[in-house]
Amino acid sequence: MNIVVLIKLVPDLVEELTIDDSGTDLERDWLRLIINEFDDHALEQGILLKEQSEGQVTVVAPDTEGVDDVLYAAAARGADKLIKLLGEFEQGVNSHALARASASVVQDLQPDLVLTGVQAHNDLDGSVGPLLAEFLGMPYVGYISGVTVGDKKSIARKEYPGGLIAEMEISLPAVLGIQAAEEPPRYVAISKVRQAMKTATIEEQEIIELDSSGGPTISRMFLPEATERATMIEGDEEEVAAKLVEIFQELGLL
Amino acid sequence: MSQDIYVVIEHLRGQVADISYVMLAAARVLAQGTGGEVVGVLLGHNNQELAGNLAADQVLYLDHPALAEFTSDAYQKTLASLIEEKAPRAVLFGSTSIGADIASVLSARLDLPMVALCRSFSAGGKYVSQICGGKIMAEGELPEPTALVTMIPGDFKPDEGKSDKPPNVTSVAVPALEELRVRLVGYVEPEAGDVDISQESILISVGRGIQTEDNIELAEELAELLGGVVSATRPVVDQGWLPISRLIGKSGKTVKPQLYLALGISGAPEHVEAITDSKMIIAINTDPNAPIFDVAQYGAEVDLLDLTEVLIEMIEEA
Repeated sequence: MNIVVLIKLVPDLVEELTIDDSGTDLERDWLRLIINEFDDHALEQGILLKEQSEGQVTVVAPDTEGVDDVLYAAAARGADKLIKLLGEFEQGVNSHALARASASVVQDLQPDLVLTGVQAHNDLDGSVGPLLAEFLGMPYVGYISGVTVGDKKSIARKEYPGGLIAEMEISLPAVLGIQAAEEPPRYVAISKVRQAMKTATIEEQEIIELDSSGGPTISRMFLPEATERATMIEGDEEEVAAKLVEIFQELGLL
Repeated sequence: MSQDIYVVIEHLRGQVADISYVMLAAARVLAQGTGGEVVGVLLGHNNQELAGNLAADQVLYLDHPALAEFTSDAYQKTLASLIEEKAPRAVLFGSTSIGADIASVLSARLDLPMVALCRSFSAGGKYVSQICGGKIMAEGELPEPTALVTMIPGDFKPDEGKSDKPPNVTSVAVPALEELRVRLVGYVEPEAGDVDISQESILISVGRGIQTEDNIELAEELAELLGGVVSATRPVVDQGWLPISRLIGKSGKTVKPQLYLALGISGAPEHVEAITDSKMIIAINTDPNAPIFDVAQYGAEVDLLDLTEVLIEMIEEA
């Protein structure tokens, strides 16, 4: 079983996001990037499948600030092969461009199964998974939270609202958009990541051209303008708690 | 090419999803700008009656046994041939488990531009999308020739997309659906047994800010004192700290409690849309820019663990 996991880094939403001078993009200079959380689950699902059925996991990621650390951490978690796509990724590329750029690399790996996060929070032009699937001529199913693999086909658990699950049978090779791995992404000790830095190698693949056609143009980016906003309770924990008790009493809860 | 706005009607096991009505309401705004019609696109098998209350100028009905239940491959094939033939100005899909499985694939297959996470359209036909977990808005011209758009509920309410007057329904031929690569094996019902959070009147809801599994206990303690239960956002459930039956949002439940106390929840659109019918929302978050404060009546920027501890003490003393 040859599994390819496509991951990317996205702005950490815990940090404050600001708009740059052009007014059409995020201020990228101070942006902290972290692995897209759904890609993290896709990686975990790939490693779980490898452990169950023997195989190889190759992780592919575009070159952005901090990607080496993420790739080495993937190796420490159990990934066998690391590929970094070199190109003009630093200023951010859209999903169409990333899907096109990774398609030929993924194709050469001849995967049985391609896993990637179902979405990323900044996918303004749709997610990478379904675009990649189409460029590769493979079927796609997303919102997956469980995968089993059999002979030339996979059974995947697709999530619907209200906790309903649809079991889908998908011909392989296929691309699956992972919502959640069957287990939470595993933790690896820093010492293991350091070890991986010494033993694992990151293969580099040059991407000559990034074609972002298929995405929308942005004429303005801005922070949401709330019509109504919460009444903020000022003060320390004691004062806030006292006010909340008051509100609970008004609601008749106490 | 036409100026019509197509809406792919999402339905699951005989029920039209609310997002379909939301999209019809959004499509009306766009159609008024283009001068075209709002056209519902209904795929299914022996379920034409689902078109009954759609607020559309007309409904195109595509019937085939392979379309009885949603599968990505069959939907993609059917819609690719329809969109290619009719070339509408825009096609709206839900940013959902159904819509997101097909829109991007069609963008690549038909070489048509795509806009995701759209929450409204301005009168001039601009899209407004909400990205980065609800923290950033992006606006621009709706791309040409045919824009494929995935929608979040945002500015429109389902009732605005419903009509008492049944629309005209036209049957459209379905292309050959052979050698399909995706097949529905069956549905697995959600596990029963746990509390039904959609029926609870007091929810203490925990998000990423709860930090560790051990801290869930603190929320449980507060919930018990108030006679409520603990619910959660996706990251908490994905960590295995609470069962999926407690999940609020896209794959989880929509809730409408008397009190919704959000502890360490940032308020991404898919979470917010599932709690808007709550009577009282109180949000505790150390990030002053958290979108949750835009939907809460009360908010406070304090440490949620410290606050919860003090709150428990005060209630016990009261």
